[in-house]
Amino acid sequence: MSIRVDGLRKRFRDKTALDGFDLRVRPGTVCGLLGPNGAGKTTAVRILSTLLRADGGRAEVAGFDVAAQPMEVRRRIGLVGQQAAVDEVLSGQQNLEMFGRLYHLGAAAARARAAELLDRFGLADTGPRAVRLYSGGMRRRLDLAAGMILAPQVLFLDEPTTGLDPRGRNEVWDAVRSLVADGATVLLTTQYLDEADQLADQIAVIDAGRVIAGGSPAELKSRIGADRIEVVVHTPADLSTAAELLHKIAGTPPDQDPDRRRLSAPVRDRVSALTDTVRTLDAAGVSVEDIALRRPTLDEVFLTLTGAP
Amino acid sequence: MSYFAAADGKVSRVSSIRWAVADGWTMTRRDLAHWVRQPAPVVVSLLFPILLVLMFGFLLGGAIAVPGGGDYREYLLPGMFVMTMGFGVESTLLAVTTDASRGVTDRFRSMPMSPSAVVVGRCGADMLNSALVLVVMAACGLAVGWRPHGGLAATLAAFGLLLLLRFAFLWIGIYLGLVIANPSAVTLVQVVVWPVSFLSNIFVSPDTMPGWLGAIATGNPLSATASAIRELFGNPGPADGWVGVAVAWPLLLVAVFFPLSVRAFRRLSR
Repeated sequence: MSIRVDGLRKRFRDKTALDGFDLRVRPGTVCGLLGPNGAGKTTAVRILSTLLRADGGRAEVAGFDVAAQPMEVRRRIGLVGQQAAVDEVLSGQQNLEMFGRLYHLGAAAARARAAELLDRFGLADTGPRAVRLYSGGMRRRLDLAAGMILAPQVLFLDEPTTGLDPRGRNEVWDAVRSLVADGATVLLTTQYLDEADQLADQIAVIDAGRVIAGGSPAELKSRIGADRIEVVVHTPADLSTAAELLHKIAGTPPDQDPDRRRLSAPVRDRVSALTDTVRTLDAAGVSVEDIALRRPTLDEVFLTLTGAP
Repeated sequence: MSYFAAADGKVSRVSSIRWAVADGWTMTRRDLAHWVRQPAPVVVSLLFPILLVLMFGFLLGGAIAVPGGGDYREYLLPGMFVMTMGFGVESTLLAVTTDASRGVTDRFRSMPMSPSAVVVGRCGADMLNSALVLVVMAACGLAVGWRPHGGLAATLAAFGLLLLLRFAFLWIGIYLGLVIANPSAVTLVQVVVWPVSFLSNIFVSPDTMPGWLGAIATGNPLSATASAIRELFGNPGPADGWVGVAVAWPLLLVAVFFPLSVRAFRRLSR
């Protein structure tokens, strides 16, 4: 396991941030930590990256205990936080060289690694420009580059694409994918379900300081609810007829949305439900505008699990 | 790279001191690079005390009586040296809070560098900056008629006392920076630095103040250093015997604020 967390607890003055947090992340995979604001995501990342001490429980990163051997952990991790933690006055090259030196690379190695990373993150042509003149996306990419100087075994990304435009987000995603292809393990916190769906092999949903559900995105979606069949009829007059027929097929009365002439019902067997519905409605002479099978989105999963409105 | 190759994961004491120095130097160089890339703040921090020297030396100085007689600019310049050391609190504080608020301090803390390097680097950069400021101020002083009369050893000792005072303020700046962690609070400290500077013997003798106020001004650590270096420079000033106090005050401040800074740094992980 690249990350192994057992019963982690952390309390700030008046608030419990983590309350028995458990997590397992296999090497070379991306784990998405998903949860509402204040759920404890950032606290978990700060403890795992040795910035905060836990009040209780155990955490191992890359095989080392974060409390007992923080230096060993620091040699094997990269951290990209919510802010672009780079020096605003220096250039990109100067920033990466400085961080390289602090990772104890020699002068020439630090210079070469800085140039290589600038190139990889599309910042090669920034020259001597100060980072404070960079766009938000460029700054975040530089921040990501600084977290990857030693090709970390475990990379922590705390909401890495918050505030980025779609292009910047794609660039960050590509960078994360290429790092995972090189064998790194990534723990990613995000509020964007789309992001977790895109990147994560495994998702842990966290609420009030503990993991309340975990699994692959597909597992989570199927756990939360069956697929639904959706039918849009052509004329409003057909709505009640179609609802009766769909009730027989699905076994439960369908949800009705008269304004959009839409019916939807959960189904067990996807394919036979679809064919049955098409055949039955056709036989009854109901004119159908649209018919589709739909899996629940991660948003629905998330809202159902956390009970948020 | 051998640092990473250590199979047992242990670092000897010698190499940990070596890395503290090497990493501290990397951090100091970062500040030096700031001066080159963004010279304006450094230039302003040099021009401002020069402006004060001209203002007090020529504009107001004629109306100020020097204790024991003598040239006012001879009296003023050592005081200005002390005041610029006091201004150093602001630059230290600003640097510490800027890094803390932008997450840069957290990045350093998540890296396998020497934990003391952040502070060692801050110390190196600020002490170098202060030495530079003193050189410029001394040149400015020589230009307006100030002279050290005490010989080379006494003159060097005087500058040593000034840097010792700056070293004490460094720890006050680091402590406040870690506790406040908000760059906009620097303004608040600026507001405090001014009256503290004026409530001393930097510009006028405390003898000219109401008794209770004069007592506070005399007890000000800035006054102790100013009196001691006036003595060492052979410039007009109060009675002799302040060198010991000018050594004791900064050491006392370091003894208080160094452990407080270490504690504040540790508390970042609470």
